[in-house]
Amino acid sequence: MVRFWAILRARNLEFLRDTEALSWNFLFPFIVVVGFGFLFTGGSQDLFKAGVIRSGAPKATQFLETKYIQFVDFVVEDDALAKLKRHQLDILINPSSRSYWISDSSPKGYLAEKVLLSTETDWKKSTIQGTDIRYVDWLIAGLLGMNMMFSALFGVGYNIIRYRKNGVLKRLKATPLTAFEFLSAQVVSRLILMLGTAFIVYFGSHLLIHFQMVGSYFNLFVTLTLGAVCLTSLGLLVAARTASEELGGGVLNLISWPMMFMSGVWFSLEGAHPWVKKLALIFPLTHFIEAARAIMTEGATLAQVSPNLFALMIMSAVFLALGSLLFKWD
Amino acid sequence: MGPILEVKNLRKTYLGRGSKESKVVTAVNGVNFSLTEGICFGLLGPNGAGKTTTVEMMEGILAPTAGEILFRGEPIGKHYREKIGIQFQETSLQDYIRVREVLELFASFYPKRANIDELVRLCDLKDLLGRDVHQLSGGQRQRVLLALALVNDPELVFLDEPTTGLDPQARRNFWELVRQIRARHCTVVLTTHYMDEAHELCDEIGIMDEGKLIERGTPDDLLERHSCATLEDLFLTLTGRKLRG
Repeated sequence: MVRFWAILRARNLEFLRDTEALSWNFLFPFIVVVGFGFLFTGGSQDLFKAGVIRSGAPKATQFLETKYIQFVDFVVEDDALAKLKRHQLDILINPSSRSYWISDSSPKGYLAEKVLLSTETDWKKSTIQGTDIRYVDWLIAGLLGMNMMFSALFGVGYNIIRYRKNGVLKRLKATPLTAFEFLSAQVVSRLILMLGTAFIVYFGSHLLIHFQMVGSYFNLFVTLTLGAVCLTSLGLLVAARTASEELGGGVLNLISWPMMFMSGVWFSLEGAHPWVKKLALIFPLTHFIEAARAIMTEGATLAQVSPNLFALMIMSAVFLALGSLLFKWD
Repeated sequence: MGPILEVKNLRKTYLGRGSKESKVVTAVNGVNFSLTEGICFGLLGPNGAGKTTTVEMMEGILAPTAGEILFRGEPIGKHYREKIGIQFQETSLQDYIRVREVLELFASFYPKRANIDELVRLCDLKDLLGRDVHQLSGGQRQRVLLALALVNDPELVFLDEPTTGLDPQARRNFWELVRQIRARHCTVVLTTHYMDEAHELCDEIGIMDEGKLIERGTPDDLLERHSCATLEDLFLTLTGRKLRG
């Protein structure tokens, strides 16, 4: 344990004294959150989003032909109603029963209703009480995840590759320090940093743009921790043998960029092709963002997001085991 | 006093790269010698002779292809690293770490630790303790790396070309440190390209060429045996004048 604490302290000192990297780690997510907050809080999205329940025998409806409305199909009515309640849908229609729902507090819902009734008037109306979820409320979980991903992959993976190339690992290999002690210190050090950064970014952004948090902070903390461990383990796996910074950087980019675009950081994959949705499940970031977003915007419990949390745990175990087995000091 | 380290039929081969056909390269080819406790042993040889590979196997950093290395009569094992100190030819330390911190960090890795204040005195590091290790001059850096090699109060120290790139003053200062280490009854294995350094510091030298140990003895015995005036003459006589790697 003495060796573990010593190498953990050295790694933390190294990071804290690298003031440029430290300030960038805190500043970058703030810039993105605040920037997106200002860009999207004004409700600048110009499309209506309508949910369509596909149950029973569909009846032809002109409304579905309307331009500038995005239609999203649902099979389960409750799922669609939950989204309408959070203003993630402006209107929900069931063509087979000729019924529709809007949220009583949604201005866009009111306008969407006018459009629907201008085409056909034989629709049965229902209203539900809802609360508006702005894009930034939805985005914050993705931004926390994206920041964690870059911090984990490049902060751990790239750093170990650099240590290997410049001989730091070889010097450490010549001591009784074990690979397990070294690697676990890297993981714990980065974990402390990532959770600390997430904490500051979360509450700092909250003060600035007051985004919504419906769920429990404890549940969010558990999800953040599991996500951070999983992404850090992935960084360790990439760095297990790579000795070239160029190759390492390329591999890390190859992993991080598809994750950034396919894990739902910036936009929802709801309307995406089914195979894209399936492919996205191989990324740990997808599971983190799904769970964190469900907790923050829907108040989901740990049990409700347990499939995502289990996926993160299994991936962490696989990445850590492979990373330790493949690890080479030089 | 028995040998502290014995090297028996040591061999190391690599799969060569770069050519179309893979070719086995023999870096070390059946090296045998033993080290008496307390001596300074110098391993000399032209570039690519197999010195660094031999030393890295003796350090336990590289696994031999064949042969064995015995420390105090036993094959080197789990606790060997606790008993030796190493100063690599090329090494780097963590970024943003200060001299005192790096000494304490490395000391924490070992169950047996040298007195840090004594090490600081020995290696003349008092004025450098608060400095970032990446802001040191070549000579200062080598003194810090030597202190790290001694941080566990080792029985055997490996110094791989420790004075390469140092100015004459820094080299002589380093020699004095090596003498002080020897005065602590520590066995030293030194590799160097400087013949004057080997003559000055080593009780015994071994000369390697093409992966083999081709000569071994005290500097004065070897000079007499080969009728050479200096170690440099002896070195060129034994290894030839052809340019190496």
